[in-house]
Amino acid sequence: MKRTPSYGIMAEFDSPQQLVDAAHRTHQAGYLKIDAYSPFPVEGLAEAIGFHKNNVPLVVLIGGLLGGLSGYALQYWISAISYPINVGGKPYHSWPAFIVVTFEMTILFGGIFAVFGMLALNGLPMPYHPVFNVPRFAFATKDRFFLIVFSTDPKYSPSETRRFLETLDPRSISEVPS
Amino acid sequence: MDEPRQPATDASPVIEPGYTFGTVTDKIASIVLTRPTSNGWFFGFGIAFLLTMMMLYAVGYLFIRGVGIWGITIPIGWGFAIVNFVWWIGIGHAGTLISAILLLLRQSWRNSINRFAEAMTLFAVSAAGLFPLIHVGRPWLAYWLFPYPNTMNYWPQFRSPLVWDVFAVSTYATISLLFWFIGLVPDLATLRDRSTNRAAQIIYGMLALGWRGSARHWHRYETAYLLLAGLATPLVLSVHTVVSFDFAIAIVPGWHTTIFPPYFVAGAIYSGFAMVLMLAIPIRKFYGLEDFITERHLQNSAKVMLATGLIVAYGYAIEAFMGWYSGNRYDTFTLWNRLHGPYAPCYYALLACNIFVPQVLWIRKLRTSPFALFLISGVILVGMWLERFIIVVVSLHRDFLTSSWGMYYPTRWDWMTYIGTIGMFLAAMFLFVRILPMISIFEMRTLLPEAEVKE
Repeated sequence: MKRTPSYGIMAEFDSPQQLVDAAHRTHQAGYLKIDAYSPFPVEGLAEAIGFHKNNVPLVVLIGGLLGGLSGYALQYWISAISYPINVGGKPYHSWPAFIVVTFEMTILFGGIFAVFGMLALNGLPMPYHPVFNVPRFAFATKDRFFLIVFSTDPKYSPSETRRFLETLDPRSISEVPS
Repeated sequence: MDEPRQPATDASPVIEPGYTFGTVTDKIASIVLTRPTSNGWFFGFGIAFLLTMMMLYAVGYLFIRGVGIWGITIPIGWGFAIVNFVWWIGIGHAGTLISAILLLLRQSWRNSINRFAEAMTLFAVSAAGLFPLIHVGRPWLAYWLFPYPNTMNYWPQFRSPLVWDVFAVSTYATISLLFWFIGLVPDLATLRDRSTNRAAQIIYGMLALGWRGSARHWHRYETAYLLLAGLATPLVLSVHTVVSFDFAIAIVPGWHTTIFPPYFVAGAIYSGFAMVLMLAIPIRKFYGLEDFITERHLQNSAKVMLATGLIVAYGYAIEAFMGWYSGNRYDTFTLWNRLHGPYAPCYYALLACNIFVPQVLWIRKLRTSPFALFLISGVILVGMWLERFIIVVVSLHRDFLTSSWGMYYPTRWDWMTYIGTIGMFLAAMFLFVRILPMISIFEMRTLLPEAEVKE
């Protein structure tokens, strides 16, 4: 396998509109392994780089179901099997009284799964990443917009890709060392 | 319905014109990164810190001597601790309402006040959580409230609303913390990249989890944030509902009513918005944030207070009506006791603070005057505290048997603990505005016209 000296080539833009347009054109030009960076969520950007599979809702659903079912099971087991106490003649399995805790556990697990599931799917925390080696990238959290073509892309070529990105009218282009 | 979604009034904008992505970032980040810490900050923090120390002293003495140092006696076993618990947890509700419910309702004006309202929630819930812990008498055994396998072969009683409350409040605290932190991550990345101090870079860098603003990450982030808001919305409504169950499920006259859940939730939001305004008005003045927290925010908050205040007024009216209409002599007596009993001045003060004074918010001029709003918010906070005092103490002190009637007089330890938690809350707020961005920077960027993208 050929060793690639760089991680990719990065282009810098001034506005979210430019970035979305550039991402569209890059994706249409046949580049598949690309990513875009913006200081705030930009509508349509994920679609523009060809990202459609979002598993976060599924993770949250699983978390919520898990929390709700385990919360109810815990109460049932405690109140009816392990430690049955007769309170005012109420049945041991007094389900209406168990709804509140079941509900809270659904929310708790759903919420925890939402946050940690999102972070895990995003591969965070990741303190080091090659894109941070580009000095201009510090502005990706302020007011600049970046597009990168990864060197693992089948169509990637250091000179060809750079020339292509130049046609998108970026503010600057830099190579990302790996 | 082709009407544009603009407010019908000539309301001021959510953000003053003329800002760019860069200037919004610099303006908010510089408060944390470059602005020198003012003497006013040290003065305010110092006072709040001293009050926190006073609270620790009162709580330390409590741990040595026990709850007998408080004014609680039988029949009033729930004194200040429960009054303050309900008051603080209610204040927290506005933060979740602003961050979650207004997000789902696409109220973009929330973007500049949600961050510190969420911080307020977190600190208010911390202050609230303290009271049940110290109220149990043996706080080192407070973990008995949670179900865990133990050598005593004993489990919590899940038919009791007090156990529901443990689950509701701990879930609320956890979800509020997660919601607040996850909202902070992109802004922590901004601080990491903007700071020039090595220690700050490392600390903000670790907290930012390596956030780099990838489109894939933003996409999942927004989904998770929206789902979290969807989960937090029923949660916030449930928390004060469950708190009200602590009372409503008991048979004490004055507690045993079905109006409690909605009226508690409305009261919580009422007091929470009052606290938001009491914090926002000085903060925007001292940090020059009038461009971000505009007249529109003050007006909208005032309108929310007006609406929830009327729901609370309806709650009082129904309580009084049912006291008469039920024909139950104990319920009727509860009403009579509120109006003519030894704590009657509290009830009249409550009506004045929560019902009569806030009606001035119908006047537009007062809704837009920061000074007037600050004062009215203070009055509402006092009123909401009195409401909980009346529910807890006045209901308990004269119940079914005249032989068991009594009076409750708070001691200085009660007052020191209560005022001390206000100090703790303010100290935490002071630290928050100093070390974290108090306005969500990335959400402010999305409000700018340049942020719009045409397909």
